[in-house]
Amino acid sequence: MNASAWQMLLEGAWTTVWISGISIALGVVAGLIIALIRIAKIPVVDQILVLYTSLARATPLVTLTLFIFLSAPTFGINLDRNVAGILALTLNTTAFNAEIWRSAFRNFSRDQREAAMAAGMTPWITFRRIMLPQMVITSLPGLINEMSFLIKGSPAIAVIGIVDLTRVTNRISAVTYEPLPPILVACVLYMAVIGCLVWLQRIAERQANRLAV
Amino acid sequence: MSNWEILWSARDQFWVGFLRTMEIFGLSISVAFVIGCALLYLLEGSRPRLTVPLRVFIDGMRMLPFLILAYLLYYGLPSFGIRLDAWWAGVGALAVYHGCYIGEIFRGSRITFPPGQVEAAKAHGFTKGKMFFRLILPQIVMQTRPLLGNQLIYALKDTAFLVIITVRELTAAANSLSGTYFIPTEAFIVVIGFYWAVSVVMEVIIKQCGRFSAKRGFDNA
Repeated sequence: MNASAWQMLLEGAWTTVWISGISIALGVVAGLIIALIRIAKIPVVDQILVLYTSLARATPLVTLTLFIFLSAPTFGINLDRNVAGILALTLNTTAFNAEIWRSAFRNFSRDQREAAMAAGMTPWITFRRIMLPQMVITSLPGLINEMSFLIKGSPAIAVIGIVDLTRVTNRISAVTYEPLPPILVACVLYMAVIGCLVWLQRIAERQANRLAV
Repeated sequence: MSNWEILWSARDQFWVGFLRTMEIFGLSISVAFVIGCALLYLLEGSRPRLTVPLRVFIDGMRMLPFLILAYLLYYGLPSFGIRLDAWWAGVGALAVYHGCYIGEIFRGSRITFPPGQVEAAKAHGFTKGKMFFRLILPQIVMQTRPLLGNQLIYALKDTAFLVIITVRELTAAANSLSGTYFIPTEAFIVVIGFYWAVSVVMEVIIKQCGRFSAKRGFDNA
């Protein structure tokens, strides 16, 4: 492997990281919104969201990515590869994040909510000032765990031709005829990224436990 | 002919792809289960020198994406003169990868296993192997069944990755059909339906196991 191979690998790692990063950011926010809509229990919308969650959890990322990328043009939408990849990853992770947020909401202490009501806070202010800050801390370990799952699933976007960290190893071995070194380097890079997340998760867990006491 | 009629006439391709996916899934998850049990047995404590490398191996696997492991087996092993075809590389990667996850699930449950039972078994003269197969393994498998169910669904979803290393399975069938007839939307809706149906069936089975284990008293341990 020469310098240009290393540069390609780092570029691939960067592609993986920025696409996953955008999907994570979108997925966490969209998950919260969906969780709130599901808690409101609006009749038809609720059933649709249950169906969405069930489908999104069962659909493989590769299948979802291909589906979005190939079927968008038949609806007259021209999707960029990167947008299709981000969309697939986001749709997948949102379903999981919504469940994490929803369980944080359901397990929220009733006493605090009643105290807020007694102090004359409106539901929105209770949510903004009392619930959300604590829900962020309690659901953070789960959310970070889901983030590492998303990065582990991100090679799925290679199927529509995005050159991510997994795909780039093919490009390098097509030139050098030595597939093993780039794959091993990619392994190390993935371990570094996911290891960081695991480490963050441990810190978040400690914070969440401190809050629980 | 409408798009759905085209798909109906190509139903054989879906069915073949579905069977291949189930073949890969069934075989690899069985091997993964055995690997998980073996890891649990090896971590049982009589060989402390093995514990650290095993845990490093398990944690390392859990930090890798599945596809990169499949790449290692499919593209990397030929450098050592071992040439696997795509199907075997895929099954092997799935088995090892999910075996490590299952091993980790078992290990987590083993930590909270009541030590009194192990002591009672030793006092009754159980050998280590017998104690493992008669006492520890059945209880741990039944206790971890919700997590195992999740892992099964992850394994099913990971089979779709194998389309990237050119295994002919369900997603590949949809991909080739949508390429031939240019009806991607319908083809992929059918395939997503297949995956969904399988995971719903697995959830039902796991629930039934819950009923069985409540009846046999596994949950009150």
